[in-house]
Amino acid sequence: MTAVTVSGLRIDLDGRGVDVVDCVDFTIRAGEVLGLVGESGSGKTTVGLALLGDARRGARIVGGCVLIDGQDIVGLGPDELTSLRGSTVAYVPQDPSMALNPALRLGTQLHELFEFHQREVPAGQRDERIRTTLREVGLDSDDAFLDRFPHQLSGGQQQRITLALAFVLRPRVIVLDEPTTGLDVTTQALVLRTIRELCAAHQVAALYVTHDMAVVADLADRILVMYAGRVVESGAITQIFDKPVHPYTRALLAAVPVVSQRRELVAIPGDTPSPGRRPTGCAFHPRCSEAVPECATAVLEPIEVGDGHSVRCIRAEPLAAGPARATARTAAPREDIGDDVLLRVSRLDAFHGKKQILHDVSLDLASRECLALVGESGCGKTTLARSIIGLHHKHSGGILFRDNEMAIRARDRPLAMRRAVQYIFQSPYNSLNPRRTIGETLREPLKVLFSMPTAKATAAISETLERVSLAPSMASSYPNQLSGGERQRVAIARALVCRPEVLICDEITSALDVSVQASIVRLLRRLQDEEGLALLFVTHNLALVRTVADRVIAMREGRLVETGRVDDVLDRPRDPFTQKLIAATPEFRAASAPVPSREDHS
Amino acid sequence: MNTTLLRRSLREPRMRIGLVLTGLILLVIVVGPLIAPHAHSDIVGAPYAPSSATALLGTDYLGEDVLSRVLAGGQSIVWISFVGTLVGVTAGAVIGMTAAYSGGVMDELLMRAMDVLRAFPPLVLILLLMAMAGADTALMPLIVAIAWLPQVARVAYGAAREVVSREFVESAETLGAPRLRIVRREILPNVMTPLMVEFGLRLTWSIGVVTAMSFLGVGLQPPAADWGLMIKENYQGLALQPWGVVVPVLCVALFTFGTNLITEGFARTVARVSPQEGHS
Repeated sequence: MTAVTVSGLRIDLDGRGVDVVDCVDFTIRAGEVLGLVGESGSGKTTVGLALLGDARRGARIVGGCVLIDGQDIVGLGPDELTSLRGSTVAYVPQDPSMALNPALRLGTQLHELFEFHQREVPAGQRDERIRTTLREVGLDSDDAFLDRFPHQLSGGQQQRITLALAFVLRPRVIVLDEPTTGLDVTTQALVLRTIRELCAAHQVAALYVTHDMAVVADLADRILVMYAGRVVESGAITQIFDKPVHPYTRALLAAVPVVSQRRELVAIPGDTPSPGRRPTGCAFHPRCSEAVPECATAVLEPIEVGDGHSVRCIRAEPLAAGPARATARTAAPREDIGDDVLLRVSRLDAFHGKKQILHDVSLDLASRECLALVGESGCGKTTLARSIIGLHHKHSGGILFRDNEMAIRARDRPLAMRRAVQYIFQSPYNSLNPRRTIGETLREPLKVLFSMPTAKATAAISETLERVSLAPSMASSYPNQLSGGERQRVAIARALVCRPEVLICDEITSALDVSVQASIVRLLRRLQDEEGLALLFVTHNLALVRTVADRVIAMREGRLVETGRVDDVLDRPRDPFTQKLIAATPEFRAASAPVPSREDHS
Repeated sequence: MNTTLLRRSLREPRMRIGLVLTGLILLVIVVGPLIAPHAHSDIVGAPYAPSSATALLGTDYLGEDVLSRVLAGGQSIVWISFVGTLVGVTAGAVIGMTAAYSGGVMDELLMRAMDVLRAFPPLVLILLLMAMAGADTALMPLIVAIAWLPQVARVAYGAAREVVSREFVESAETLGAPRLRIVRREILPNVMTPLMVEFGLRLTWSIGVVTAMSFLGVGLQPPAADWGLMIKENYQGLALQPWGVVVPVLCVALFTFGTNLITEGFARTVARVSPQEGHS
């Protein structure tokens, strides 16, 4: 039974006649999970919100219809929409800590829903329903738990509460907007399983909006791939993963790292165009490897290439007839790792206040090596990285660079040491001063560490920008004129101008889209090959570790649990924690093997 | 980026009106002494004489020409309030940013000292300092500056606190850049906008306060020509000869009104622009 039918949906930016999304058609059957995949700026969240009859500020639904159980919700009045939302169509937001009212107890927030939507349900039944739902999402259902406030829960528990809030009224449709983005992989695996089971058990149609191909591979029945406000490909999960046809889908899959295989990640050149700047014809053609001249002018209609598998590309048929997908190239493990220890951490204990974060941590980083540091959030991996660079000061134990003790504060370290070890921060949106041009930002290390005269510095900056594949003219831009990927390249350039020997990368791709992540990873690989850099790569993403790292260290609660060569650790993990981490990492098979069932993971 | 902000704020009508009014008063102040018909302390007629050919706006309580005194009497207000505000905002900004960036003991010491200063209402503080300084005109800007110090420091502190934890500041720390350089190059540009608004606001208030000081007799002393002083000297003859009070009051009013409109216009532009800052 079809629960949701969307046809010809078009959402415009107010008063500009510019569409955010257009020509969106899809249906979701009761009990089915539809994955809506796209990178930032693709319009995926806009489509998700349209199922609630909502458009974000400055945008409006101007065409098409959204049928929920046969009722068109486009054009409903505010009162009707209010009664619809939460009861018939539920929404699970990305960040539960922002979505839960911090001043209300969990019980109150759950009871409130009945007050708004189902007043006829007697109190006893309400209580029963709430407790059942809490058990279904894997939480306690006793009074003590219901009396808690949101801040007393962990991130995973908070996300379960938003699931409980969504499911308690037994909605027909549920929209999930990247609900696992902020969660650790093990928690994510549990939340995904809960979603899947609840949707099946209660025959709820789910739209799962995400940028992460691997997550939906585990979860969805069918997938829509969006690019620049259009659905470019839709089909069953096996069709999308085994026989993707649209060049964008293929490129996206090639950009995603997997745990099981050391893959050569392929980046998509260029940037996602924003609404109003999208090219004519097929919006993807300037970045497409299969483009022909007609692509720039063609009027695109979805072309059926298989049962329920349609592609919005004029070359769909020849592409579908061709080889399924260029097999992912496996990257060879790098061999030329030096045997001299560049950076050595020995018996490091670190504290936040009185709380001990790191316990007796020791590691060696050889020259030209990429050492990955993985662990879940709060395990101390960032504290370790910050201690090495001299930003975290409360620690004891030794940090040595070329057998010389590194002072606790960066300011107290000799010039040569400050040049040789550089740090790249997680968020490129936060690590560049918004009030200074890129050139000024890059000049700073040259002035401070090299006392370089301005003319010479300008030349060095142009050269460095070219090394990270940016135009030297970008030096006069401000950070807000750059995309996320470009900003992260600038951050890398800021480290490179110092001619470092060690780069410490703290989750540097976690704020970026996968195709951008692929290009950053390739850039790092290239720099490593060309300049012999040693990398300490801090991440929570095991799949990325497989692709970038030579050796890996797994951390748990401030202790090292397993160390070894990447292929050894990921193929034959010995520590139970590492095994759990690998099992929980969402994965899609690169070849045509069936999507792994969830039993494999638990 | 601040220049685009300034250019954008020029489109604001209140900004333009403010600029015209302030410009007008500044013109009077600069050109006034040159075109004044008499020296500001010349006796040209009987006290409180009405308008005549020699004294267009009549005479004051001593028989001095009101017009000449008005034309000459703005300079002291402008330079005292401008210099006072500039010193106060600069010093306050330095204190606030230093406290926010250093944290710990330094933060506590500086900000608690500011809290103590802030416990006095500005005018009371000024009267107190003025009494201690013995009504020395040269010290007036400094006293105005001290009066504004705690408020400005608080504003700069609040704005800087948000900036110091950002990663670009930490990035500069990994280079081992000197503290002062980090404050100047990384933090200051990001707190410049609230500081500029604060400067406008304090300037407006300074004009009022400097006028009030002269009116209360702790500012400029006779025979100096000063708008505040003129109000004090002539208010008893208000019924006989209103111009001696009305014209300086009008000048002060237009001046504060003008600077206030400029500040308003700028602050509104900032408020309109800043939600998109970092994205637009």
